Amino acid sequence: MKAKSENVLTGAHYLDGNHASAEGAIAAGCKFFAGYPITPSTEIAERVARRFPLIGGVFIQMEDELASMAAILGAAWGGRKSMSCTSGPGFSLMMENFGLGIMLETPCVLVNVQRGGPSTGLPTLPGQADMMQARWGSHGDYEIIALAPDSPQESFELAIHAFNLSEKYRTPVLVMTDECVGHMTEKVVIPPAEEIDLVERLYTEKPPGEAQPFEWSNYDIPPMLPVGKGYKFHITGLTHDERGYPIINAEAQDENVRRVSDKIKRHTDDIIWLEEKDTDDAEIIMMAYGISSRVMQPAIARAKQDGIKVGQIKMVTVWPFPEKRVRELAGKVKALIMVEMNLGQVYYEMERCAAGKCQTLLVDHAGGTVHNPEVIYNAIKEAAK
Amino acid sequence: MRFWRIPLDIDQIKIPRGELHIIKERCKGCAFCVEYCPKGVLKLSDEFNAKGYHPPEVIKPNECVNCDLCEMLCPDFAIYCLRVEECQEEVPVESKK
Amino acid sequence: MSVEIQQPPTEEHPKEKLLRMDRIPHIWCPTCGLGTTITAMATALEQLELDLNDVAVVSGIGCTGRVAGYMKLDSFHTTHGRSVPFALGLHIARPDMKTIVFSGDGDLISIGGNHFIHTARRNVDMTVICVNNFIYAMTGGQVAPTTPITARSSTSPYGNYEHPFNLPLLAASSGAVYVARWTALHIRRLTTAIKEAIAKPGFSFVEVIAPCSTLYARLNKLGSGLDLMKFYHDNSVIKHGADLREVDIDFQTKIVVGKFVDIEKPTYIECLNEGNKRVFGDKYKPYGVDHGDS
Repeated sequence: MKAKSENVLTGAHYLDGNHASAEGAIAAGCKFFAGYPITPSTEIAERVARRFPLIGGVFIQMEDELASMAAILGAAWGGRKSMSCTSGPGFSLMMENFGLGIMLETPCVLVNVQRGGPSTGLPTLPGQADMMQARWGSHGDYEIIALAPDSPQESFELAIHAFNLSEKYRTPVLVMTDECVGHMTEKVVIPPAEEIDLVERLYTEKPPGEAQPFEWSNYDIPPMLPVGKGYKFHITGLTHDERGYPIINAEAQDENVRRVSDKIKRHTDDIIWLEEKDTDDAEIIMMAYGISSRVMQPAIARAKQDGIKVGQIKMVTVWPFPEKRVRELAGKVKALIMVEMNLGQVYYEMERCAAGKCQTLLVDHAGGTVHNPEVIYNAIKEAAK
Repeated sequence: MRFWRIPLDIDQIKIPRGELHIIKERCKGCAFCVEYCPKGVLKLSDEFNAKGYHPPEVIKPNECVNCDLCEMLCPDFAIYCLRVEECQEEVPVESKK
Repeated sequence: MSVEIQQPPTEEHPKEKLLRMDRIPHIWCPTCGLGTTITAMATALEQLELDLNDVAVVSGIGCTGRVAGYMKLDSFHTTHGRSVPFALGLHIARPDMKTIVFSGDGDLISIGGNHFIHTARRNVDMTVICVNNFIYAMTGGQVAPTTPITARSSTSPYGNYEHPFNLPLLAASSGAVYVARWTALHIRRLTTAIKEAIAKPGFSFVEVIAPCSTLYARLNKLGSGLDLMKFYHDNSVIKHGADLREVDIDFQTKIVVGKFVDIEKPTYIECLNEGNKRVFGDKYKPYGVDHGDS
């Protein structure tokens, strides 16, 4: 299915990353947005609030992030494509109902414009230190899809992609951008509506009485049930069976939790999106996501001038982690270097997958500003020794 | 009760009659139905259901006036009242005495 | 004429079409007021003659949170305290449906208190039925924001000393357009109240005082659930339109019940449409009205 032209602001624009995220979501058909103001994500909510009235969407500023996340789940079950945005402390508050979204297998999108933490931290300055919270922030075992744009253009594109993944896999999807990308203003080209492919929600074809809300034994991804159509289904955040009825025992837990995780794990090849450059004959491979993947470019260029064979992987999807690819590369290269704006989060996943087969290095940064390329260059030199 | 007025159309009023149905195995013996039946139709029985509660039993079957109060108060959906269309015998109204 | 028909499960209770019979018997204790409240709601829905496909029920966590699991409607068992914002999202997505939140005092007023007052403030068109048993029952009888002063609970073992919330006053002052309080014993009046609340456009609130024999009555030595019902019988004072500042509930004293508030006020979606219409004029298509394009 293609995007609807009334939702798409086709043309070349000069937008910041947050406004571009909002435009992406609107182009994807988002019609419900519940949010709470928090720096540096607020521009997304502001843009949506301005744009929604004439395209039939509803923006509501909730009393807090707990309510925002709960409301987008309710609206998603009501049949709307829905989203919220937040940052830092708000992301922590949303984790409770994010887990409900996982358990109820609810398609929706949450944009986290990362700032420096912990606690109130650096409201106006960037960080990438919520990456592990994105992975494990809500309690319990689950798999998650998280995307990381590195520019306003990509913020637009990944917002659409996030909606598509959430519908395809019937799960909440995170867009983990950061203050830098959110407030960076660049040219954003919005294509014509007919060039934007959208994944529409899969509803059951079975009649009421035969359909179940989590029919995992017959479907790869269980189709959803629409409300108000006589299905009279029940869904619960408790461990449940295919009927959505709570079942409190170890067997049901194993079945439910494993299946919700497996539906992502089974499709990692489809979900994982890496942009690789010069990785074929590289002796050192740089890995990064979001703004850090741009910041490392001067360092890579300089190292190349020095004759070092440096390849790079920009992780467009950070979660699920590209385990297979990293294992493969670890056997071929001298070193893998992770550049991220935290004190080591996704790095440890890379180190785990490298399993001692090559050197692994972390170029860390506590946040507040991006890396100095000099530091990254030095790390490459160090690894190349 | 004796101060109550007797309605002028008392002769034309048909007292509704109900038939009680008790789903014994659902009963948890709270006794709401027994306590609040305005006609004292029910009492807790001596028998046990599978859960170990004493379900109610009907002791004055002909006095049920189909008021539904037992059905509405029952927290366990274990008792209900169906209207009996034809009255088989005239039940003396208390005020006539 | 014998009327003793003692038949096992094949019999059909008249409320069964509104219940998930594959989940009955329910988990609630003997004499719990929740089953009674469900009957009241089911009767109200029947009397309103609504298309039951167009009714959704949302619950939070706790004993009352389990209501969603027993009602044969589109039903959502959400997280603790978040039933109201979840219902808000659902209502905005499907404004043509009736959204009913059925939850407990701890869920709605303690952990969900902020959502409750803000949704009332916005006058979102939903009905909130709050079953108040004065205690956190599911977790074993802890003190609640509704526990009367001096009442004991497992976490107020020497008697509660905090001021409890006066729920009708809270709801009304937050903006609810319909506020009533009844006990589980006032079953017909409660049914009428739920009926009126569901029919009322805007945020309507019904507080149901319900017996909890296992925890509230036991910890306070008040006897059985039946004794609590008898207490309601003897101590409830019906006072429609009462001054809500005077309807606090103290430990084992009078309980003022009645219909307290029934006013007209534009709902959230009406306000949304009016606000946008004012600015955009005819370019704005009112939300929640069928334009035949969805």
